[in-house]
Amino acid sequence: MAKHINLTLHVWRQKNAKCDGKFVEYPAADISPDMSFLEMLDVVNEGLIRKGEEPITFDHDCREGICGQCGMVINGRPHGPKERTTSCQLHMRSFKDGDTITLEPWRAEAFPVLKDLMVDRGAFDRIIAAGGFISAPTGSPQDANALPIPKENADLAMDAAACIGCAACVAACPNASAMLFVSAKISQLALLPQGQPERYIRVRDMVAQMDAEEFGTCTNHSECEAACPKGIKMENIARMNRDFIKASLTYRPPTGGGGAG
Amino acid sequence: MSVAEQSIAGAEARGHGFMASSVGRKVVMAATGIVLFGFVTVHMIGNTQAYLGAESFNGYAKFLHTMLHGAGIWIFRAVLLAATGLHIWAAVSLTLANQAARPVGYRAQQPVASTWASRTMRWSGFILAAFIVYHLLHLTTGQAHPNFDPANPYANFVSAFKVPAAVGFYIVAQLCLGLHMWHGVWSFTQTLGLTHPRYDSLRRNFATGLTLLVVGVNISYPIAVLTGFIH
Repeated sequence: MAKHINLTLHVWRQKNAKCDGKFVEYPAADISPDMSFLEMLDVVNEGLIRKGEEPITFDHDCREGICGQCGMVINGRPHGPKERTTSCQLHMRSFKDGDTITLEPWRAEAFPVLKDLMVDRGAFDRIIAAGGFISAPTGSPQDANALPIPKENADLAMDAAACIGCAACVAACPNASAMLFVSAKISQLALLPQGQPERYIRVRDMVAQMDAEEFGTCTNHSECEAACPKGIKMENIARMNRDFIKASLTYRPPTGGGGAG
Repeated sequence: MSVAEQSIAGAEARGHGFMASSVGRKVVMAATGIVLFGFVTVHMIGNTQAYLGAESFNGYAKFLHTMLHGAGIWIFRAVLLAATGLHIWAAVSLTLANQAARPVGYRAQQPVASTWASRTMRWSGFILAAFIVYHLLHLTTGQAHPNFDPANPYANFVSAFKVPAAVGFYIVAQLCLGLHMWHGVWSFTQTLGLTHPRYDSLRRNFATGLTLLVVGVNISYPIAVLTGFIH
């Protein structure tokens, strides 16, 4: 069995969205390197509960890297030091005995801190509600290959659809921009035939909602791509920009009456 | 928390238009950036005639002032002034939005993929703006020049670079131009959506090559004057 390690945590504690928060130091003693990062926090919280203190609040759900809930900034990097890894899939073997770990919530005007490390990512839900869907009735499953889709497009759409909406891109961006997320949600539909009817109205609506949520704007630092646990590429942002330019150039206001019946 | 955060913006926000949107302002930034990078490249190429001597250089200056019966230079100046104005407007407006987007910062944010050039764009841009004003007063209108002769641009050029402080500022500004171009040239291809995996390494190499060429040649002028190669 691997040797257990002792760590010091500096954790952002904030009672609710209205209160100011501050960093509080906690020891994390006798931690197995085989634990996940969230299991380590569970152990620290057990200790806090036994002492009658308030446990550290953090979002988590599936703990297998696919739900996108466990967002926290670990030592200045969203989801910690490992590439393509969510906090729940990060293991304590990534740290050394005696390390100090700073834990902060996602920092963005659009994501108010609800408590400690937990933020309200409702802004992402509203961006999706603004256009991240198709309105066509899809009916029952079609025969395979009834709709011709180039393999390359299917692969690229699938890569974009890998986005779990964890918001590490926003957290990592020096401008708190949500463009990697929004562009992935636009691309997964823009690359497939089912997404075409609303393709250009969708990009305008989702960008408008992204702006209304007061996210920052991309200055091409590439930090989002490096932080993304699912490897979403900045090529998606370029696709979004391209579609937005085309949509702006060709937009026409809806005409009254015609075609309704 | 703004009211907008609680609702779907929908059609009325869409109507706010291109210049109000984040992507629209980025496109303005990129498009005006292309104009300005195009200008510094042509400016650098034109000035290489300093190496051909006074006659060639002054002839080039005369050509610039007389092309299209003298209207050409004013068309160029109008386009450059508009591009610079829009570039600065987009930069200020996007920077303010970006700062408002993260009111509380991190205690220890670790840069992973961003470059020093990308993180200092607003500072290199600010120094460049100050340099452009100085450069115009120095070599176009002459107020900042010790012995300016409107009829002899070549002599102005040579005597300008015999002042060490002027050369120092000039070289610092050129290094800022290098940082600004290196990130900017790559960046406008991304913003305008000109990406494809097949050409991605080409984009980076294009930015690096153009930057080294422009900055290298520009810095060679004061060095050539100081070493007496141009006299």
